Amino acid sequence: MNTLALGASRIGYETRIYFRSPDTLFFTFLFPVVMLGIFTTAFGSAGNVGAAPDGSGGISVGAYYLPGMIAAGMLLSGLQNLAVDIATEKGDGTLKRLGGTPLSPLSYFVGKIGQVFATGILQAALLLAVAHFVFGVALPTEASSWYTFAWVFVFGMITSALLGIALSSVPRSGKSATAVVIPTVLLLQFISGVYLQFYMLPSWMQNLASLFPLKWMAQGMRSVFLPESFQTLEPSGSWDLPLVALNLAIWLVVGVVLSLVTFRWIRKDA
Amino acid sequence: MPQNRLNQNEPVVHVRDLQKRYGDALAVDGISFDIRPGETFALLGPNGAGKSTTIEILEGYRDRTAGDVSVLGIDPRHGGRSWKSRLGIVLQSTGESGNVTVTEQLTHFAGFYPHPRSVTEVIEAVGLGEKAKTRISKLSGGQRRRVDVALGIIGRPELLFLDEPTTGFDPEARHQFWDLIRSLKAEGTTILLTTHYLDEAAQLGDRAGVIAGGRLIDIGGIDEIGGAAARVPSVRWLDATGVRQERRTAYPGRVVAELVAELGREPAELEVIRPSLEDVYLDLVRTADAAAAAAGASAGESATMTDASTAAETEPGSGSASGSGSASGSGSGSDSDSGSDPDSSSHSSSSSSSAPTTSKEIRA
Repeated sequence: MNTLALGASRIGYETRIYFRSPDTLFFTFLFPVVMLGIFTTAFGSAGNVGAAPDGSGGISVGAYYLPGMIAAGMLLSGLQNLAVDIATEKGDGTLKRLGGTPLSPLSYFVGKIGQVFATGILQAALLLAVAHFVFGVALPTEASSWYTFAWVFVFGMITSALLGIALSSVPRSGKSATAVVIPTVLLLQFISGVYLQFYMLPSWMQNLASLFPLKWMAQGMRSVFLPESFQTLEPSGSWDLPLVALNLAIWLVVGVVLSLVTFRWIRKDA
Repeated sequence: MPQNRLNQNEPVVHVRDLQKRYGDALAVDGISFDIRPGETFALLGPNGAGKSTTIEILEGYRDRTAGDVSVLGIDPRHGGRSWKSRLGIVLQSTGESGNVTVTEQLTHFAGFYPHPRSVTEVIEAVGLGEKAKTRISKLSGGQRRRVDVALGIIGRPELLFLDEPTTGFDPEARHQFWDLIRSLKAEGTTILLTTHYLDEAAQLGDRAGVIAGGRLIDIGGIDEIGGAAARVPSVRWLDATGVRQERRTAYPGRVVAELVAELGREPAELEVIRPSLEDVYLDLVRTADAAAAAAGASAGESATMTDASTAAETEPGSGSASGSGSASGSGSGSDSDSGSDPDSSSHSSSSSSSAPTTSKEIRA
């Protein structure tokens, strides 16, 4: 089989393993759905977000949180998933075994990134379905919104996956991988407007978050799912989609370079 | 069919003066050996002797510090995917999560190779037929090890590395495994085996090399290694006072006859014992340890066992005529206290007696 056909067969193999691992299923796949449910239920009674002083207008809590949770899902499915997964495979001998076979590293990464997309798309679909059918969130109807959704999603997922590959070389063992990666990712979610409303954060925290890709994914997704009027709540008063694209592009390049520099089948001469 | 690009006479594995240094320590200190096509070569030695480092250099996992290595005609440092497709590697131990079934895993790995074996046949061959649809994580340690072996042979390798393959096997599984390896040998697979089970090495190996302290202290046919001297049988009996007597001799029949004549009756608890590979191996390793300790004591002077060999004397009757060329006996004639004799290492380094095919590459 050639490299790409093998990569395609790896996607099926990797995706099967993903759904057979209870940890991954909860902390990566279902986590944003669970959080959406908790936030919507907990804060739902406090009234709409962005409502006028008399309580009219605004959007429901579920509608407000949906774009953040989609962005969080992209980060979890890509970065958290691959950083933990590859670090674990390095630690438990999976990579060493593969390194002794004719499998090309390219096929391996096609498999990993394919798995990220397969599971990420399912996750986003699940989020949209739960938001729409359970919490009654109205979804965009214009094609242009879905076009923005598509490029932010694809761009963000690739960036997130590559950063996950790069980050997988940080934990010294498979066992420490979750301890290193999950808190890092969680912290990022708090400062990037996933769990806390971004406009309420102090500006230094907003500026800090702007250095990382999650803030831009969340902002891109807000532009898709929130009303135009919510632009005024953004720090610059605009969705700034070109800046979203630029920041994701920079992180994509960083991810590619770091992945190429750091990835090894095994730690040689460790 | 796997293409055999190697000349029949060209070694499958060729190692010369291999060195591997970690910081100040030489883990592998000048090892040389060849493995010929179709041969099963057992690499023996205590933990930490440098076996795994050597094997991982051959497998392409580690870089070497110095020396020449070729595996299937290619330097493992530059071994690409087509080279790897001709190897089978069974690593020492793995702890993979195993969220796939035996069949799924083997089918997936079979896809990596140009001419894989049949998945069903391989599963049967390693005795996991009834576990084919079981997740690997649900298997016992010994069963998981069999999956490792199955993954090592699924690609129909020309050269198979087996690093302690039967750890965790029950005796029945071990015998089954030996049959499997014999059938691979019969198909012409070249095998490099490490094991701590000396009976396994004796069962499967054609030749063996013994590594201690990063050096190859002996190499030779599996029934020749250690030299003829180390294989001199012992005659044991209880004397008239009930004390156990032992005499090592190349002529046990003659000794027994003399004993019977001397005593005028059957000697009590008479035994004639031939040293097993394990006895020979333990002798070699202890001797090497003693030599290393002595070398250490003489403060840095690189006293080597090889130097000692020049003083070796060939005793009459110690088997130098056995034809293998590996016998330059030493202090072996009788009453040997196996191992404590400082000269007994010298048989491993005879300078002139090598048969052409048995390259004795003992490095200082």
